[in-house]
Amino acid sequence: MDYFVELLFSGLTRGAIYALIALGYTMVYGIIGLINFAHGEIYMIGAFTSFVVATVLSIYGFPLLAIVVLAGVCAAIWSSAYGYTIEKLAYKPLRHAPRLSPLISAIGMSIFLQNYVLLAQTSDFLPFPELIPDFAFMEPYAHIVGSSDLVILVTTAVLMVALTILIKFTRIGKAMRATAQDRTMAMLVGINVDRIISVTFIIGSGLAAVGGLLVASHIGQINFYIGFLAGIKAFTAAVLGGIGSIPGAVIGSLILGLTESFATGYISSDYEDVFAFSLLVLILIFKPSGILGKAETKKV
Amino acid sequence: MFPLKDLKRSLLVSLWFALLTFPLMVIQVDPIERVVNWRWHNMFFVAMGSFVISVVSKVFFAQKEQQLARKRDAGDEVSETLFQRVLHEPRALFLLSMASLVFALAFPFLFSTYQTNVMTTALMYVVLGLGLNIVVGLAGLLDLGYVAFYAVGAYSYALLNHHFGLGFWTVLPVGGLMAAFFGILLGFPVLRLRGDYLAIVTLGFGEIIRLILENWNDFSMGPSGIANIARPGLFGLDLNLNMAILYLYYLMIALLMITVFVVNRLQDSRLGRAWVALREDEIACQAMGIDKTRTKLVAFALGAFWAGIIGVVFAAKTTFVNPASFTFLESAIILSIVVLGGMGSIVGVIFAALILILLPEYLRFLSEYRMLVFGAILVLMMVFRPEGLISNRRRIYQFKKKG
Repeated sequence: MDYFVELLFSGLTRGAIYALIALGYTMVYGIIGLINFAHGEIYMIGAFTSFVVATVLSIYGFPLLAIVVLAGVCAAIWSSAYGYTIEKLAYKPLRHAPRLSPLISAIGMSIFLQNYVLLAQTSDFLPFPELIPDFAFMEPYAHIVGSSDLVILVTTAVLMVALTILIKFTRIGKAMRATAQDRTMAMLVGINVDRIISVTFIIGSGLAAVGGLLVASHIGQINFYIGFLAGIKAFTAAVLGGIGSIPGAVIGSLILGLTESFATGYISSDYEDVFAFSLLVLILIFKPSGILGKAETKKV
Repeated sequence: MFPLKDLKRSLLVSLWFALLTFPLMVIQVDPIERVVNWRWHNMFFVAMGSFVISVVSKVFFAQKEQQLARKRDAGDEVSETLFQRVLHEPRALFLLSMASLVFALAFPFLFSTYQTNVMTTALMYVVLGLGLNIVVGLAGLLDLGYVAFYAVGAYSYALLNHHFGLGFWTVLPVGGLMAAFFGILLGFPVLRLRGDYLAIVTLGFGEIIRLILENWNDFSMGPSGIANIARPGLFGLDLNLNMAILYLYYLMIALLMITVFVVNRLQDSRLGRAWVALREDEIACQAMGIDKTRTKLVAFALGAFWAGIIGVVFAAKTTFVNPASFTFLESAIILSIVVLGGMGSIVGVIFAALILILLPEYLRFLSEYRMLVFGAILVLMMVFRPEGLISNRRRIYQFKKKG
């Protein structure tokens, strides 16, 4: 039973991280219909920025709490800035181009960013400083769920609630939903669509950066290549839930995380990713537009 | 004269990039020795570099704008490039292709063996691009896992050669058919999917194939791969290495010519027109009585068939296969070839493949900056030519004036 609960929590933690990244994919897709392949790299840059900031601060002897907060804030700010810049440079000029051109541009951007970090920093695995201490009150449960799992789950939950409030109840959230529904119409009623797209990229990148920080301190090491697999998995999760749908991304991520966790725990750890993709294929066969995605009906 | 307002903007841009790259470019920490290395000179380079690029691009765009305006004033339409006009002139096209064929045949005698070898690789990607062009360009099915079929072909040859000693020419069709079979296997479940759902499932399929090859040690010998695969034979002659490279080069030329011929014929066939129709509008297509399932499956199978054939050639060329050769990056490059070439255009795909494969080769002097530049070029090419190098025009009936 303990083993089951342990796997359950590790699955939820994984799912929570995927959700933080998947939201960026799903929001961007919802608004401009682009698979933003560089999003995984944003997450990686978030992890690297928090690594640099945290290590510098710890060398200069800052207290742990300050390190965590500053690393998180810096990672979010810089990743958002990267997201914003990428959109302006690589996607905005292609807004009226054929559908596949922005995708290739995104793939190029992803290759560029990976190599940029590789050259600016290093190709080695770097040890990430331990930012989340073992809490005393978690002592009795430590064999089932670690302190960092708890922090990840709580942080993700808080961010999800904040995001939902932002999208549901604020002016800018309303504008985002309008743009996602129909860009031309949104423009006609006076929404500055370019700004909404920028905001979407900024929010998505910020969430991914927080994900980067959490994963890196959970796993304990990073390198320039971590963005690729995380990005693909998160995108899988977004598609699983129905791309374009925000609750769908969260549900898809949790399902994906749990599946991976149980499959590795009970079957075999070699085929972890195979399970993830097989699950995707299976679900899409029965629900071709994802779990919460709306089936597109085409009028003739 | 360069306006002051633009200069100010460029300064802002350079400041923005200097700050943007600050944590990663300037700071370098050694977490074990616990020392911080501040590299302020990098900040200077970034600021200068982005300033210069910003100014240059502003001037460039301003000039282009002026030219367009002048043309509009003069009253003539924005004309096609000379190159594009040549392509639509059958006689010029014939001459051009003959000249390039002669050049291709003479290539090994003009350049070194190394260059020939690189060219063989480029030709392989041309054929891969043409194969994927059937699926993505003609039928409009976005396939991000094309490399899986390539892997199937390569492993077919590697395994059949390793266990049963089968030769290259025997396996060539077998590898193609195996890949086609896998294409249909993938095609069935994804028939109902649209656009981007299809993309991610094919991507997942590609990863599944690679992971199975990596982990199923008894079957595929895992990450260490299969070595000592036989090179293709020529009527039982024993070829030395140089001759083998030459032989493979001509083999690829022949294969390329066959592919171009077949794809060209397919494009205008009943099936090819059905693909294009399917790409444009599925519902209208079905209303016209086109069998959607069969048409799509044939597209998958044919595309995969070519990847399988090239897979066999790849295994024979390198005499070694392992799963690391079949990553997503490979699929991405092949897809870039198709999109950059201009979807559905054969000449475009050939040019794009030559550019994208030869570029990293000739960028070797940049050593570790090679892939960085490659990524940037991919973005720039898309930004400046979003339709691809040669946009595929629809065929239009030309009515001749009676005179």
